[in-house]
Amino acid sequence: MKKQTMFLRMITASLLRRRSRMLVALLAIAVGATILSGLVTIYYDVPRQMGEQFRSYGANMIFTSSDSGKLTKSAIDKAVGSIKSSRVVGVAPYRYESVTVFERPVMAAGTDFEGVQKTSPYWRISGEWPSANGQALVGKETAETLALKAGDTVTLVYDLEGLPATADEASGGERKQNTRDFTVAGVLDTGGNEEKYIFISIGDMDALTGKSDVYDMAELSVSAAQDQLKSYVSTISAKVDGLSARMVKRVTQSENTVLSKLQALVLLVTVVVLLLTMICVATTMMAVVTERRREVGLRKALGASNRSIIYEFMGEGLLLGGIGGLIGSVCGFIFAQAVSMNVFNSSIQFHWLLIPVTILVSVLVTGLSCLLPVRSATEVDPALVLKGE
Amino acid sequence: MSLLEIKNVSKIYGPLKALDNVNLTVENGEWLAIMGPSGSGKSTMMNIIGCMDKPSLGEVILDGVDIAKQSSKKLTEIRRDKIGLIFQQFHLVNYLTAVENVMVSQYYHSMPDEKEALEALERVGLADRAKHLPSQLSGGEQQRVCIARALINHPEIILADEPTGNLDEANENIVIDIFKQLHRQGTTLIVVTHDPEVAEVAQRTVALEHGRLVKEIINNNFEE
Repeated sequence: MKKQTMFLRMITASLLRRRSRMLVALLAIAVGATILSGLVTIYYDVPRQMGEQFRSYGANMIFTSSDSGKLTKSAIDKAVGSIKSSRVVGVAPYRYESVTVFERPVMAAGTDFEGVQKTSPYWRISGEWPSANGQALVGKETAETLALKAGDTVTLVYDLEGLPATADEASGGERKQNTRDFTVAGVLDTGGNEEKYIFISIGDMDALTGKSDVYDMAELSVSAAQDQLKSYVSTISAKVDGLSARMVKRVTQSENTVLSKLQALVLLVTVVVLLLTMICVATTMMAVVTERRREVGLRKALGASNRSIIYEFMGEGLLLGGIGGLIGSVCGFIFAQAVSMNVFNSSIQFHWLLIPVTILVSVLVTGLSCLLPVRSATEVDPALVLKGE
Repeated sequence: MSLLEIKNVSKIYGPLKALDNVNLTVENGEWLAIMGPSGSGKSTMMNIIGCMDKPSLGEVILDGVDIAKQSSKKLTEIRRDKIGLIFQQFHLVNYLTAVENVMVSQYYHSMPDEKEALEALERVGLADRAKHLPSQLSGGEQQRVCIARALINHPEIILADEPTGNLDEANENIVIDIFKQLHRQGTTLIVVTHDPEVAEVAQRTVALEHGRLVKEIINNNFEE
């Protein structure tokens, strides 16, 4: 029989035939590993879980033209295509034009209302969202200035002077204006600049201005952490000519701050749990060594070197750590799943890598916890112990 | 050359002399009994011969090596290679079976060999109890496992401390018979005891009192 076989036989016999004592140590390690594995799962899954919640903060990425010109739909689509489709919550392109209403200059914005509802879910509407062409959403400030409310009709006048001069104009004729009537579907309350605008659909804006496929910017809501967003931004800016992508710092920084604090809290709890596990395992192992002083003395009397004693106790400790880690990695996932279902109301993703990592950490923690008890085992004097002192 | 020579050995603990200028020689293959009442220095003597302690003064030459001058690491090696220990309280590892307890001694000495360990148990009449845990064995059986463990590495000396102290008469006789058998095979035996019946079956008996060797008796009725 090889020495290693006998070594394994001894440490497994010690664990299996001294179950009651070892179960306490195993329980301590398994509980520690469960919380470790569970919290690490939550730690890595929180950004994904929270990402969707954070999307109510508004868009977190903006596309603009990189050369002070305009954006086209194909450029926006190409840029959006660079982002993993499952991460794109919504896209809202905008085109801004100056119009007049009742002889007063007002900024009109053409957009995709379905996209806006996803990128800006915090917008509060008195009335309805526009659902068809010919309907407008009027900002609260403008609505008050023009005394407009939902259901009223408003006429937007667009001065075509920005377009190439017609033959009539060139010959000194009257400049042309486009006029369209809109029904006010709702009044927009955001507490921000949006309250100064009148929002109409892209189709209506094209018809009013006589120009199509022209956009000033696009807002995106992307479910991703700050680092991932940064990566998308640099990819898109490099890949799509004439388009510049950037993050909305106010939103991404808020997300990042909340996530950082949450993750720091989880990390802190994990470290505390690991320390408590170490103390618990060290105490149990110390009790095990004290209980087995006579056995250590006997082994030394039979010729065991200090190194052999260290190997045997560490072997037992590390085997316990491995088994506890395996149990903990499975229980940890169940724990994380329960937390996720209760807090985020969604299931959690299982990370296979967490099994070896949890086992490794458990083995390391148990190994560290065993250092002091094992050291005390090497100090046992065989003569004293065998005399029962 | 004698197997063991103890020359002017004293062991001093503060004001107490546990051993006081002891001189003793043990020949190869001899069966020696060390007797004495409690506190006479028997255990100290046993610890020193068993390389678990060092004398304060004097020399202890075991197989040509002065163990008084060796490091504790070297003493562990000498104990492992040259001495088989038998204890009054058996001291078996309680979660290992009888055969595994014998193999532990092989494990620290050289290479565990289950077949050889089973043969050692057979020698002490415990072949059928090899897979039993100590808690499933009687005191006599546990002591026989202890003897098998002491024999397994073919030591120069079997050092037994009150080997029959915890045994009934029947088991005491079994153990003494095993000792006789070992002696016939040429094993050197040093048995520390306070039991005159155990001492009188030895070839020679020395008596300790207050740390001094006070008497030496050669057993003229010794049965080879």
